[in-house]
Amino acid sequence: MKTTYREALREAIRDAMNRDDRVFLMGEDVGSYGGCYAVSLGLLEEFGQERIRDTPLSESAFVGAGIGAALNGMRPIVEIMTVNFSLLALDQILNNAATLLHMSGGQFPVPLVIRMTTGAGRQLAAQHSHSLEGWYAHIPGLRVLAPATLEDARGMLWPALCDPDPVLIFEHNALYNLSGELADDAGPVDITRAAVRRPGKDVTLITYGGSLAKTLAAADDLAAEGIDAEVIDLRTLRPLDADTFLDSVRRTHHAVVVDEGWRSGSLSAEIAARIAEEALYDLDAPVRRVCSAEVPIPYAKHLEEAALPQPGSIAAAAREVVRGG
Amino acid sequence: MKEHLDLLREMVRIRRFEERCAELYSSGQIRGFLHLYVGEEAVAAGVLSELDPQDAVVSTYRDHGHALARGVPMDAVMAEMFGKATGCSRGRGGSMHLFDATHRFFGGNAIVGGGLPVAAGLALAHVLRGEPRVVACFFGEGAAAEGEFHEVLNLAALWRLPVLFCCENNLYAMGTAFAKEHAAGDLALRASSYGLAAWSVDGMDVLAVKESARRATESIRAGGGPCLLELRTYRFRAHSMYDPERYRDKAEVTQWRHLDPIDRLVEVMRPEFTDDDRAALESEVSVEIDQAVATADAADLEPVADLTRFVTSEVTT
Ligand SMILES: Cc1ncc(C[n+]2csc(CCOP(=O)(O)OP(=O)(O)O)c2C)c(N)n1
Ligand SMILES: [Mg+2]
Repeated sequence: MKTTYREALREAIRDAMNRDDRVFLMGEDVGSYGGCYAVSLGLLEEFGQERIRDTPLSESAFVGAGIGAALNGMRPIVEIMTVNFSLLALDQILNNAATLLHMSGGQFPVPLVIRMTTGAGRQLAAQHSHSLEGWYAHIPGLRVLAPATLEDARGMLWPALCDPDPVLIFEHNALYNLSGELADDAGPVDITRAAVRRPGKDVTLITYGGSLAKTLAAADDLAAEGIDAEVIDLRTLRPLDADTFLDSVRRTHHAVVVDEGWRSGSLSAEIAARIAEEALYDLDAPVRRVCSAEVPIPYAKHLEEAALPQPGSIAAAAREVVRGG
Repeated sequence: MKEHLDLLREMVRIRRFEERCAELYSSGQIRGFLHLYVGEEAVAAGVLSELDPQDAVVSTYRDHGHALARGVPMDAVMAEMFGKATGCSRGRGGSMHLFDATHRFFGGNAIVGGGLPVAAGLALAHVLRGEPRVVACFFGEGAAAEGEFHEVLNLAALWRLPVLFCCENNLYAMGTAFAKEHAAGDLALRASSYGLAAWSVDGMDVLAVKESARRATESIRAGGGPCLLELRTYRFRAHSMYDPERYRDKAEVTQWRHLDPIDRLVEVMRPEFTDDDRAALESEVSVEIDQAVATADAADLEPVADLTRFVTSEVTT
C-alpha cells in the first residue's frame, strides 16, 4: 500500500481508537482545523468531539489534564504542536508525568502518550525549529521515541499506549510528506531496540528521526568512494539501546554520531560517552559528531542549511574517521 | 483631516504590504510561516499613533502591521522577509521575528503569550527608572487562554506596571473559534477581575481605536496602572499561508469584509477626500513597496561565516 508518514500516523491513531475506547486524542487544533500538520485530519468526523478534543491554547493545562486522565483509567494521546511549545508544559511533563510513579512509591503509573513535532528545515526560525528531544531523553521515567520510517510512524503508537509509563513521540517535520510502500498488514512494532537500516563494515553512522534520510544519503556517497557505512537508527532515545550500536562499533571500529540537536550536553554526547565507556579499545579513531551549529536556528535559507547536519558534512566526518582526515 | 489622512496612509501601507507579501510567498521569495494582518490594520494604526518614540512595543508572529505602524522602515521589514543581511533582524528572524531597537520594537514573539511577561519587565524598568513610558503589548484572544496571560495581568496590576495590553480579538486562534477557546466571553471583564482598567473597542474603526488608546495611555502615564483594550477585529485571510480555512464559512468572512477599516475611514473623510486623493495615496504607497521589494531583492545575504554571530554578545575591548 502506498502511503505517507502523515497518513501512517493517522492510521495508527485510528487503529488505537478502535482497539481501546479508553484512548482519546487532545490538543490544539486537532479537531476542526485538522491538526497543525494535518495528522488528525478527518478523525473528528469519524470519532466525534469527545474523543478528538480541541483544547484552548493552554499547554500546561491540557498536558496536565492528560496526566490526570491517565492516572484515572484513560489512555490519552496528547498532541503538542511543536517541541518548542512543549516547554510551556515542561513542568507537567517533568515534575508530574515522569515523577509520580516514583514519588508515590510505585502506586501511580502514568500511561500517557505525548506526540509532538520537532526539527528544522522549513525556515520557521528560532521558536519553531529546535530539536529538544535530547533534553527529554535526559529525564528518568520517560520513554522517548523518534519514528523515522513509515513502519515506525504506523507501529510505535500502540505499544506506546500499552506502556504503563509516559511515552513521548517526536515526529520530525521534514518527514510528514515522506511517501512509500507500507505493508497492508503493518501494525505495532518493537519500541525497545535500535535498527540497522543499512549494513556496512567500515564505519558506524548512528542517527535517528529527521537525520536518518540524510545519513543514508551520505552512506550512498561514501559507498561510491569505497567506504562501506553501517547506518543505525536509534528509534528509541530513552532508554537507549546501546547494545545495537556498540555491537556495530565493535565490528566497524569507527563511529560517527549524527544528531540535529546541539552538540554540547546532548544526546550525541551521551552516545559518544557510552562508546568511550564500553568500546574505547575497539575504536581505530576518535568518535566524531555531526550536530546542529550552536545557534538558535535562523530564518534565512542559506543560514538554516548551514546550521544543520547535511549529507555532505556527514560524509566528510565519516571520511575523516576512516581515513584520518 | 491631517490626522485622518495619517491613519489612512498607515492602514493602506499595511494592507498593500501584506498583499505584496502574499504574492512574494507564492513566488517563493518569502518562506517559513507568514501570518498576514489584512483586516486588522485599524488596531496597529490606531494604537501606535498614540505612542511616543520612547515608549516600547511588544508584538507577536503577526507583526508586520505593528512594525510598520511603529515606524520600522519598510525596506528593513521587507529585507527581513527575504532573509537578507539588511533585514531588521539581519535575516535571522524572518516574518515572525521583526526587531528594531531604534524604534523600541522588542520583537515579534512566536510563542503564543510569550511576549506578555517581557512587556511587564520592560514596564518595570520604566518604573524603576522613573520614566513615564508606556509599553504596548499586542497579543491575540487565543493568548488569553495561556497561563502567562493570567500570571502577567495579576502581576502588572499588583505592581501597577505601565503596560497597555492590546488584545486583538479576531475571533479565531488558528482554527479554534472564540467560543471553543473561552467559557466566559467577556475578555474586558476578565481583565477587570485582575484589577486592570479594561474595556472593549470596535477594532474595525480606527478612530475609535485611537480614542481608546489615547484615554488608556493618558491614564497609564498619569500613574493609573495598566490597562487592557479588547480590540474586536477580524482577519480577512487565512491564519497563515498553510491554512486551508476548513473551520469558518466564506459568508462570515464576507460579512466582516463589509466592515473594512480602510473603507470605513474613507467614508468618514468624504467628500473632502476625493477619488483622486485616494489614487494619489495608493500610488505613493505602491512606490514605497516597489522600492522596498527592489532593495530587498538586491540586498546581500549574510555570509555563512557569520552563522554563529549574535549567540552571545560581541564584547569590544
Ligand atoms: C505556545 C504556543 N502554542 C501554540 C502555538 C501555535 N499557534 C501559533 S498562532 C496560534 C493561534 C493564536 O491565536 P491568537 O492568540 O488568537 O492570535 P491570532 O493568530 O488570531 O492573531 C497558535 C495556536 C504557538 N505559536 N505557541
Ligand atoms: Mg485570534
